[in-house]
Amino acid sequence: MSQNSQTPRGEMVKIMLNGAEVQADPYWSLLEVIQFYGIDIPTLCHDEGLTPYGVCRLCVVEIGSGDKTKLVASCMHPVWEGLEVRTHSNRVIKTRKTILELLIARCPSSKKLQDMAALLELKEVRFEPLNDDCILCGLCVRMCEEQMVAKAIGFAGRGTDRYITTPFDMNSEECRKCGACMYICPVCELRCQGPQADTVLCSGCINTEPVCAPDYGDAMCFMVPCLSCVKGPEDVK
Amino acid sequence: MKVTSVNELEAIRSEILAGKDQDKPCIAVCGGPGCLANQCLEVRDAFVNEIAAKGLTDKVDVRTTGCHGFCECGPIALIYPQEIFYQGLSIDDIPEIIEETIINNKTVDRLLYTDDEAGQLVETEGEVPFYKQQMRLILGNNSKIDPHSIEDYIAIGGYSALAKVLGGMQPMDVVDEIKNSGIRGRGGGGFPTGRKWESTRNAEGDIKYVICNADEGDPGAFMDRSILEGNPHSVLEGMIIGAYAIGSNEGYVYVRNEYPLALKNINLAIKQAREAGLLGDNILGSGFNFDLKVNRGGGAFVCGESTALMASLEGKPGEPRAKYIHTSDKGLWDRPSNLNNVETWANIPLIINNGADWYSAIGTESSKGTKVFSLVGKINNTGLVEVPMGMTLREIIFDIGGGIPDNKAFKAVQTGGPSGGCIPESLIDLPVDYDRLTEVGSMMGSGGMIVMDEDTCMVDVARYFINFLMEESCGKCVPCREGLLRMGEILTDITEGRGRMEDLDLIQDLSEVLRDASLCGLGQTAPNPVMSTLKYFRNEYEAHIKDHKCPAGVCTELITYSIDAGNCTGCGLCLKKCPAEAITGETKQPHVLDAGKCIKCGICYDVCKFDAVRKE
Ligand SMILES: Cc1cc2nc3c(=O)[nH]c(=O)nc-3n(C[C@H](O)[C@H](O)[C@H](O)COP(=O)(O)O)c2cc1C
Ligand code: SF4
Ligand code: SF4
Ligand code: FES
Repeated sequence: MSQNSQTPRGEMVKIMLNGAEVQADPYWSLLEVIQFYGIDIPTLCHDEGLTPYGVCRLCVVEIGSGDKTKLVASCMHPVWEGLEVRTHSNRVIKTRKTILELLIARCPSSKKLQDMAALLELKEVRFEPLNDDCILCGLCVRMCEEQMVAKAIGFAGRGTDRYITTPFDMNSEECRKCGACMYICPVCELRCQGPQADTVLCSGCINTEPVCAPDYGDAMCFMVPCLSCVKGPEDVK
Repeated sequence: MKVTSVNELEAIRSEILAGKDQDKPCIAVCGGPGCLANQCLEVRDAFVNEIAAKGLTDKVDVRTTGCHGFCECGPIALIYPQEIFYQGLSIDDIPEIIEETIINNKTVDRLLYTDDEAGQLVETEGEVPFYKQQMRLILGNNSKIDPHSIEDYIAIGGYSALAKVLGGMQPMDVVDEIKNSGIRGRGGGGFPTGRKWESTRNAEGDIKYVICNADEGDPGAFMDRSILEGNPHSVLEGMIIGAYAIGSNEGYVYVRNEYPLALKNINLAIKQAREAGLLGDNILGSGFNFDLKVNRGGGAFVCGESTALMASLEGKPGEPRAKYIHTSDKGLWDRPSNLNNVETWANIPLIINNGADWYSAIGTESSKGTKVFSLVGKINNTGLVEVPMGMTLREIIFDIGGGIPDNKAFKAVQTGGPSGGCIPESLIDLPVDYDRLTEVGSMMGSGGMIVMDEDTCMVDVARYFINFLMEESCGKCVPCREGLLRMGEILTDITEGRGRMEDLDLIQDLSEVLRDASLCGLGQTAPNPVMSTLKYFRNEYEAHIKDHKCPAGVCTELITYSIDAGNCTGCGLCLKKCPAEAITGETKQPHVLDAGKCIKCGICYDVCKFDAVRKE
């Protein structure tokens, strides 16, 4: 992510990350910096090998201070001197959960989404499930174009009618049947083979709750899964 | 005509003016969108033919102009030099106008406008209440010029601002003048125009672009169309000045594809300006080069969003992208680009000619100048109005707009286009400026104003706009695509009697996510219609959910019709008209309506002359 043309390459800027002052390379995206410091935030439409697309909005973080804060998609956002970032504020967590709720309602069969729901402590899905098989993250399109250099698939339609297809909806000669699109798809993958819940949400694997976030406005640490501060040892398996 | 210097422009202007007889009668027929729909071109032809028949062709001019604003009364014609205002014209009226007004210098009273309040006829445009309280700095010129004539534009002082700029102002002086004027963008966001120019000017890069946004996709809005159709040179002049200030030599006008006349007029204006040496190389002998291309819009509402517009100009799908790096740094083809709205550009020559101090004296603390609004919905005087910022909603809706038809009560006004909020009666004295509208949960947007009366169901209104936005969403980002879909589902459930009180919290959650996490302005502002109606008309939502009633009697699933035996005279009209055979009864005996058979078409309610059909 080329940014901050004023800063020569190699020079670092200082940012405030969850209250700590850290160094950051202004040529990195905010997500890259956050991940570099070991903070885990959910991403879905992002892949290290592909151009950021910024559409799932799960990677949102809160920037700014006082009452002038806003949410931004960190995978697309540049880094600059003095940037104040909070990766787990109440507002961020609430937003991520609702977005994930929308996504799971669209594709309840995705293991990736179910795992993420467990990690994010999503407790209910308030929408009718649609049992669709695509969340339009566009990973396959970028994979096909950027890594396989085939450009065999793309988006068609608009709004809720948007879908992934080949040019003119016809069998494409560009497609070499390499399967890269299926490899990268977060939905095509099989649902886990463990006990199947009959609810939209599975949440079988992990279930803990960062109660510090509601109390302090921010989560206070970044253990995944969240552990012992609040819950008794008997709750942590 | 080729103008090679600033002085020559003034000489040409004097020449044009000297050649014009100010007392020569001229009939300006409005050719705006509203009048066009009312056969104004036939009226114009009738004028031309009648004048020829009377042998007056050399003595009377006829011109077809851009929108005069008072669409409600169309077709309209203004008779210069007296500025007599004739309205509601048909071709049969034309011989009388020529005979009486042009030849005998008398008015045709039946075609004049009646000021109902004062109970008298008014002769000139300026006396019509609709116009009297407006400040038509931008639109006022529409009736004075033929949009196909660059001479007409020059005659009313056109291109003098450009001459002033190229004749001695440094680019930075121009930027400062615009900054000091306090003008903010008229296309939606209300960003200070001078600051945008400055950022683009200061951005790194040899090639910079200036772009005019004429995509105008809001349903019911036609202010940009009317400027581009009626006075295209004013937009060009603004753009050339902007390009000089910013340091750009290339520009684009992105015009909505459904506006063929606007496309034609701007293309013609560009051709004329090029021939006159006002566009192209070495403009007015100053050494400054600038040229413009016209592009047709991509056909979607979202193409008006700045990054989607630029993608569309590049030949890509018109989808927005993240704007964390501003388009003033990296816009069209990743080069610094300055996008402004049609009306913003049209304001520039005014500011340069009259000075920033003059301009900033109009309006409020935070919003300067005038704003054009399209006044539609349940309002007597439909049309385009231009008023100084800070005028109250009451003045616009009642004094200029003439209030609500059929003596109904005013309920709310939605400002700012489909993603604006609904402002209730209690806030009718709100001064209209950018910040005040935002404070109450709406926005200036591009200047749409939809007036609603007591018969409007606010839940239904919210549902309507959410569905519009859902269909116009590009579908790229999750909050907007999935969120609007779900919001639409919930609102439909409520209007059809399946709503639950928890749904109101869910709508609230979804609204916050849309506002906070959507990629572009469409999703970010989409919750406004819902949030504002929920805030000001929560009782209506609750009535739908708890009592299964639609207080305004709009949501068909929630209304029942019945016959009030006390009022029913047994005339039998409803019985005859009911398509579902749901009404029975003997003549002169009270009739009975079978709710089980009723399909809720409302015909009985409409036909009953005795107020005996009840709608609840
Ligand atoms: C969904 C959407 C549609 C828009 N449509 C228009 C439009 O039709 N015309 C327009 O001038 N601005 C439109 N805008 C605003 C533009 O993005 C941009 O802010 C504006 O053209 C900038 O010009 P200004 O500063 O002169 O207002 C739209 C914005 C959004 C989010
Ligand atoms: S098919 Fe899979 S990878 Fe492609 S857009 Fe849909 S969810 Fe994403
Ligand atoms: S907010 Fe809506 S219109 Fe804008 S990018 Fe997202 S899906 Fe597209
Ligand atoms: S990972 Fe950033 S928006 Fe999807």
